[in-house]
Amino acid sequence: MNRYPLWKYLIMIVAVVLGLLYTAPNLFPQVPAVQVSTNKAAIKLDNALMGRVESSLRDAGIPVSYSALDATGVHVRFAGGDTETQIRAKDALLKTLNNGVADGTGPYIIALTNESTTPKWMQSMNALPMFLGLDLRGGVHFLMQVDMKGALDRAAERNAADIRGNLREKKISYNGLDRAGDTIAVRFSDAAEREKAAKELQTSSPDLLLREDGSGTDLRLVVTLKDAAKQKLADSAIEQNQKVLNNRINGLGLTEPIIQRQGSDRIVIQVPGASDPARLKDVIGRTGTLELRAVEGHAGKNAASVDAAKNGNVPFGQELLSDRSGEQILVKKSYIITGERITGAEPAFDGQSNQPIVRVTTDGQGARALRDYTSQNVKERMAIVLIEKGKAEVITAPTIQSELGANFQISGNMTTRETSDIALLIRSGSIAAPMEIIEERTVGPSLGAENIERGFNSVKWGFVALALFIIVYYMIMGLISALALAVNLLLLIAILSMLQATLTLPGIAAIALTLGMAIDANVLINERIREELRAGAKPQEAISLGFEHAWATILDSNITTLIAGIALFAFGTGPVKGFAVVHCLGILTSMFSAVFFSRGIVNLVYGAKKKLEKISIGTVWRPDDVLTKPAVSTGVPSTVETK
Amino acid sequence: MEFFRIKGTLPIMKYALWFNVISFVTFAIAVGALAYKGLNFGIDFKGGTVAELRFAKPAEIDKVRVAVESLKTGEAFVQNFGTAQDVLVRLPIVQNVSNAQTSENLFAAICGPSRPKNEAKTSCGEGAEKVELKRVEFVGPQVGKELFESGALALLLVIAGIMAYLAVRFEWRFAVAAIIANVHDVIIILGLFAIFGWEFNLPVLAACLAVLGYSVNESVVIADRVRENFRKMRKASVDEVIDNAITSTMSRTIITHGSTQIMVLGMLLFGGETLHYFALALTIGICFGIYSSVLVMAPLVRWLGVSRENLVKPEGAPKDPLEAEKILP
Repeated sequence: MNRYPLWKYLIMIVAVVLGLLYTAPNLFPQVPAVQVSTNKAAIKLDNALMGRVESSLRDAGIPVSYSALDATGVHVRFAGGDTETQIRAKDALLKTLNNGVADGTGPYIIALTNESTTPKWMQSMNALPMFLGLDLRGGVHFLMQVDMKGALDRAAERNAADIRGNLREKKISYNGLDRAGDTIAVRFSDAAEREKAAKELQTSSPDLLLREDGSGTDLRLVVTLKDAAKQKLADSAIEQNQKVLNNRINGLGLTEPIIQRQGSDRIVIQVPGASDPARLKDVIGRTGTLELRAVEGHAGKNAASVDAAKNGNVPFGQELLSDRSGEQILVKKSYIITGERITGAEPAFDGQSNQPIVRVTTDGQGARALRDYTSQNVKERMAIVLIEKGKAEVITAPTIQSELGANFQISGNMTTRETSDIALLIRSGSIAAPMEIIEERTVGPSLGAENIERGFNSVKWGFVALALFIIVYYMIMGLISALALAVNLLLLIAILSMLQATLTLPGIAAIALTLGMAIDANVLINERIREELRAGAKPQEAISLGFEHAWATILDSNITTLIAGIALFAFGTGPVKGFAVVHCLGILTSMFSAVFFSRGIVNLVYGAKKKLEKISIGTVWRPDDVLTKPAVSTGVPSTVETK
Repeated sequence: MEFFRIKGTLPIMKYALWFNVISFVTFAIAVGALAYKGLNFGIDFKGGTVAELRFAKPAEIDKVRVAVESLKTGEAFVQNFGTAQDVLVRLPIVQNVSNAQTSENLFAAICGPSRPKNEAKTSCGEGAEKVELKRVEFVGPQVGKELFESGALALLLVIAGIMAYLAVRFEWRFAVAAIIANVHDVIIILGLFAIFGWEFNLPVLAACLAVLGYSVNESVVIADRVRENFRKMRKASVDEVIDNAITSTMSRTIITHGSTQIMVLGMLLFGGETLHYFALALTIGICFGIYSSVLVMAPLVRWLGVSRENLVKPEGAPKDPLEAEKILP
């Protein structure tokens, strides 16, 4: 009765082999590497590039131990394998491939990565290591909230300007136009003019929703956006924000950044192993609007009014702002152009002085406004102001050297890092809707390494103690249970690796907890077998009945645990979700290993012995006098009689 | 080895009333603590900033506290954890200061002018003066609220799901009794967290839900046995049937919980700060799980049965003949 057909043994062998194969990649260490890729369509990732990468590293005296080319780019590893060599290699490649431009505007993206040393044949079978979560490898997690109301307000502002121009062009007379939030009200004194205006606006911009309001001579046309248009606007705003974030973060050359949309108005940014979280935060956090404004007073001009403003006496229409070095200057509240007119900004070097500069390009309308202003104000200063959450900050306030047009440059005493940061910030003017960081989690790399060790030690020592206890308590049957538990662990890690799940510290906790709970099934089985033996069943019969009777209980208890796991998965976020995934998978693998697999081994050990006298399952204690009739397992279902 | 050499059957039902009184009292204390002191919610639910710092030499907590208070954020906590070098700082949500700024200001205040920051702003000072910023977390008020709501929803869903399953698989009385017994466990965990002011964060919530699923296991095992006994012990009274079910599963209950606790102990000893409260919540849950499913759930089933059916039709009687086949795999 305790024999498995051959195919069941084969399933066991296949499961263990697959488990070993897919668990193995996690044992190969991750080594620092550099990846060269591009986001420009015109540039080919080919062997020539790989040659250039190799030769430039050779020139820089960095020994390359491995290089490969695939669809994602050129990957290089180094003989030393330390992070210092990795950073040196990145700098060398930046110099030769991107002319030292480090902000993502260069032709190539040069990123620091960690690559697994898993052998090729394993990789080709998709046997890859698990991803490590930010809490295990260190890194930064940001959740950005996109301010949709802000985006709608801005759209209304643009629409208001369009409506003004449109009505003026068609010579339709109106009394004025007010904007409150995302609603525009155009005032008319004549119903016929309003009619004409409504007709005109509807044909020129079909996205607008028009409603007539007012009476007598106070007639109004209330203009809002149609719901579909609002939705489209919101979608495109978040898409554009995502794109901008993508460009900026990729520009920093960081390891495998993840930039994903979450829900209708949020963006998640995850950068594992970020070595410079402050700079990253600086770059993505700067998401306000950008304005070029006239400078009215600084240390070298109208110094008296600057001093007066410092005492709280700010002239009308101006405000006192401080730039990044702390200098306070008076700037006009109205702008010359806004960031939306700026189409590009990149750090570069001046052709003559070889000083780091920022090159800025604007669109036609922006160029016109700039030319008008700067032609009148040569040798004056102009401030580039970033407005974030209602607060304005001067990024830089250069002196206008000559009339500016669609292309101009900002020069001055700047380092290359400053120029690349300023270029990034100027480009951030192209963000479609303001954003705000509503959640941040930064884990330093040293804590990540500690967390791995803690998690690993928890599982290791917990497992060893548990296995020892179970072996001492149940002898050979206990050994089989411990073996089943090891198979459980193996399969769990293999499945997580196959799914390419992200392992977090709570995930490791879930592995430990799942193992602790999985042993329940084996305890149930072993206790049942002991009970059957106590009741006088023959060893073979006891094994068979023990497994059979325990099964229903195991199933029930696992399903209730699974319900909790699924709810956790459905409603959990971040680390809790990781916990839930591991927990649920662990329950499933434990059903296989604790019941099917351990039964297989028991069958293998005991099944063939026709006249089995004794099972090694520890002491089966028999009470001298049995008061109640113990649960005899041959009972036939019947109705219960009661007193 | 055999730990449990129980002669005969433990007369648990005889003392059922007492167990109910004890659990009612502990339950009331826990609820009182929750109502009076409330949970010490972590930033996951409350919003705010947490920073973990490591000092090269044992940290002077008072100095750190002064530096933190200079930020005028209101209610701020500074405490050691683990070693004397590790300091945890907790700040509430600060109005009018950009979220990103809070952590930067905090680090700048702690470093002070004497310790220059490195370029990445992840550490400052050199040698014995070095301070390393190991972890920073910020959670905005709206995220905290959402996490709280989804956590509460998860809890309700787990309760509903488990009850529905038990009601279908066994009987409504078992479902009600099991859920009362297990929610009682969770309330006691929460009560202890309130009494000692331990931080209640997302992993602890996960632990509570895991405990809920886990201690239902116990109730299921006992319910299974009760049902089986009703079939086999035709002449026995309901009390005897339940007593026998508890006695015969006692050994397994303790061994299983002990085994799980061994793993949890591993986390408690080696898991560090992040897993500490998680493991603590599990430990409480496991200990009370034994008590509640044995000594709370069984008397409750009995009590529900008595009051409703007046022992005419005992619960757990096989309702369909297919039940016997379901047992076989």
